[in-house]
Amino acid sequence: MARKVPKAANAERVQAKAGMLFCLPWILGLAIFYAYPLLSSIFYSFSAYNVVSPYKWVGLLNYQMLLKDKVFWIGISNTLIYAAMAVPLSALIGILLALLLNVKLPGRGIFRTVFYMPTLVPVVATSILWQWLLNPQFGVVNYLISLFGIQGPPWLGDPSWAKPSLVLMAQWTLGNAVIVYLAGLQDISRDFYEAADIDGAGTFQKSMHITLPLLTPVIFFNVVMSVINTLQVFTLPYALTLGTGKPANSLMFYSMYLYNNAFAYMKMGYASAMAWILFVIIIAFTLLLFRSSNNWVFYQDEG
Amino acid sequence: MHKVKRLGKLAAFLVLLVFGIAYFFPFFWMVSTALKPDTQLFIYPPRMLPDPPKWSNFYDAVTAIPFGRYTMNSLTIAALATVGALISCPLAGYGLARLRWKGRDLLMIVTLAVLMIPNQVTMVPLFIVFSKVKLVGTFAPLIIPMFFGVPYYIFLMRQFFKQLPKSLEDAARIDGCGEFRVYWSIMLPLCQPCLLTIGMFQFVASWNDFLGPLIYLNDEFRYTLQIGLQQYKQSTNIQWTQLMAAATLVALPVIVLYFTVQRAFVEGITFGGVKG
Repeated sequence: MARKVPKAANAERVQAKAGMLFCLPWILGLAIFYAYPLLSSIFYSFSAYNVVSPYKWVGLLNYQMLLKDKVFWIGISNTLIYAAMAVPLSALIGILLALLLNVKLPGRGIFRTVFYMPTLVPVVATSILWQWLLNPQFGVVNYLISLFGIQGPPWLGDPSWAKPSLVLMAQWTLGNAVIVYLAGLQDISRDFYEAADIDGAGTFQKSMHITLPLLTPVIFFNVVMSVINTLQVFTLPYALTLGTGKPANSLMFYSMYLYNNAFAYMKMGYASAMAWILFVIIIAFTLLLFRSSNNWVFYQDEG
Repeated sequence: MHKVKRLGKLAAFLVLLVFGIAYFFPFFWMVSTALKPDTQLFIYPPRMLPDPPKWSNFYDAVTAIPFGRYTMNSLTIAALATVGALISCPLAGYGLARLRWKGRDLLMIVTLAVLMIPNQVTMVPLFIVFSKVKLVGTFAPLIIPMFFGVPYYIFLMRQFFKQLPKSLEDAARIDGCGEFRVYWSIMLPLCQPCLLTIGMFQFVASWNDFLGPLIYLNDEFRYTLQIGLQQYKQSTNIQWTQLMAAATLVALPVIVLYFTVQRAFVEGITFGGVKG
């Protein structure tokens, strides 16, 4: 007995040391690649800095100039408009596809693969492919639309159709969300359905009154992630327009303008100020979603 | 009642089929266009299948740009980044899941919190750091960070380690194994599906990365496929058939990789903890 206590305490100490050591690379990584850049970018945002000449403190000047910068506001409005279209539509289609994949239908595995595959395609390849699919004259999409007697829009060639085109492309790559929704559906306890069966509920009723409410935690998670990612949209519009945001700045998204400021014009301070404004916008939307979640997110175990 | 149920299933299947065709069609069109002779490209209505398929488009595509060099560059970066993630993430995941130590819970919260930091905030200071240590223009900025851990993969590893039975490590400890031995020869081998999953994720992420190489690689000799493809789009007088052939070739490796590790992928992710 007397020997056991120190031995247990010793084992605990060994474990505590080991735990720290196992995590040491990651703790260093956090400091170097997250904490330091996060904090220093606040300082850069109050400075004029172009890597070559020395750092110069300018106070709030970057922020003041941003408020007067037309392209900055175009970037904000383009990004918000795009998010307002893309986020709800991807949630809707993602849930629908997951619900369908959750039914015991032939070829489920194949369909799941088909929906996931586009997420693997490099974005540059996606941009090339869809530019061709949506070609106004010779594109196959407008051809298929014309079979219904409708004349297809000019898609990426027209400022008012460019963002909807991008929304369409984003729907092609929502496979990750579908997988998460599907995992959520498979987590829902069978007991709920059995109870509903006894009450004689139909499939549609069960979907509306059991499946959807119990899926809300996963919907919440996916919507938060999708808002965060959509507000940072960069690669697809950049690859499509080679960084120009054409036509008529309709595809000039916030992150593209930020990138151009940082790495095309070497305005590191200006870009850092933009980054912090983006961060604040993202935090605000996330908090808003968390606030609203009390009203529409239900948890299984709370009964 | 049964009849209604079967009709419902049929309707569900039809909707699924329509979406399935819509999602698959772009792949079909990519390959079909890649094989078309130029004369069958700009015609209306479009031709579904090339006749005869012009296989030399692929040859033209890989010789129009230094495709081999770009492939090697992409492969080098993706392979080394994957090795890095496979070393660092299980270590941290294990430390967070199976060992008790002060500060562990705080580290877990921080790990999840940094997932929220937009890349745009950290990319400018990191670029400045890498340019001060003269690593801009090399592959290092695209590889080194992964050797220190990637938060999302650390989270996945932790979830996986958490669900392994405790009896395993206890038995090993009683046999006198050190903590690292327990990890290395008992726990880690059990994580194969999860390791394959994060390995695939990292490989695909590095292979497909566009922003990273765009920021850090300024010498054409070091371009990756993604940047090369973008240049190619810029320089040529849009050769759709060659572009489609190149896009097919660039997408192929990751799709093949996915099919290879697909089974592990489904097992490897436990979404417990997604909720709440």
